[in-house]
Amino acid sequence: MCNELTTTDLDPIDVHSRRSEFWQGVKATFPLVVGAAPFGLIFGAVAVNGGLSSQTTAAMSAFVFAGSAQFVAAGLMATSAGIGIIILTTFVINLRHALYAVSLAPHMKRLPQYWLLPLGFWLTDESYLVTIERYNRTDSSPYKHWFFFGSAIFMYINWQFWTLVGLRAGQAIPNPQAWGLDFALPVTFIGMLVPALRNRPVIASALVAGALSVALHGLPNQLGLMIAVLLAVSTGVFVERRSKVT
Amino acid sequence: MTRQELILIIGMTAVTFGVRYPVLAITGRISLPRSMTDALKFIPPAVLTAIIVPAVLMPGGEFDIGYTNAYLIAGSIAAVVAWRRQNLLLTIGVGMGVFWAWRILIG
Repeated sequence: MCNELTTTDLDPIDVHSRRSEFWQGVKATFPLVVGAAPFGLIFGAVAVNGGLSSQTTAAMSAFVFAGSAQFVAAGLMATSAGIGIIILTTFVINLRHALYAVSLAPHMKRLPQYWLLPLGFWLTDESYLVTIERYNRTDSSPYKHWFFFGSAIFMYINWQFWTLVGLRAGQAIPNPQAWGLDFALPVTFIGMLVPALRNRPVIASALVAGALSVALHGLPNQLGLMIAVLLAVSTGVFVERRSKVT
Repeated sequence: MTRQELILIIGMTAVTFGVRYPVLAITGRISLPRSMTDALKFIPPAVLTAIIVPAVLMPGGEFDIGYTNAYLIAGSIAAVVAWRRQNLLLTIGVGMGVFWAWRILIG
């Protein structure tokens, strides 16, 4: 693992261990797990109500492990769209994960493939957001990937559990969306975003992301989100450079 | 599971993993230019904003900025709580509480 790092790299006041990083990852992900739970439940219910078998629904959560893509796939299956279209749609919806990977990559350079492979498989919006925040903290802990691991495994188990509850309860809950549980994730994200809006480049970037995500909402497959994020990032870079020059 | 469903699972798994893993796989062998790594820090707030704003302003798919939009009211109050207290669980608790209360009282 990272044994090549000597103990002198560690901040003596703040010594990190694999175990403490793992549990910190679990802890940091807790609010997001709460936010994701209703989506797992709703996915399970919607998928079986839309005609997917229980096994296929459970297998999708276990192997694909991509919330929004699974929702769209279940919806498309219910309208008997072609398999090829659904797979292509999944690809486009998940393109944003490549962005996350690019963002994480500089921090994960030293990790061997047996770490990168599972962490790549488990890369979700939620785990990315808490893990990149961990990597960006300036302490020299050599075990930050254990934080990612803790976050990812917690997200994974949670998603499997609530999918199973949802597909069991699918027939009993006729309209799970009506409970307003779909507000859980946006409100969690608000709690993560607002404290991060600390300087002008970030605020300018977020304003562009917000305006474009609404303006481009009509585009299919979260393409609007992708374009909004790319232009928002460009805006942030632009504003930051200009403020440095002047 | 039908043969069709099996192909669906395999295909979806392949494209999802195919997006998530490759960049990480070659991370040891590439080095990004400085301008690129400078840009990466803007991704998390941009993604968060791009998910939040449509969810709050157009919960039913239609633009809705009236006081009956519980998502907007509760989201705004949650944002104030997040700003002043910087506490995630408190923000979620207050946000969900206001959301349900607003729905019962107004909706």
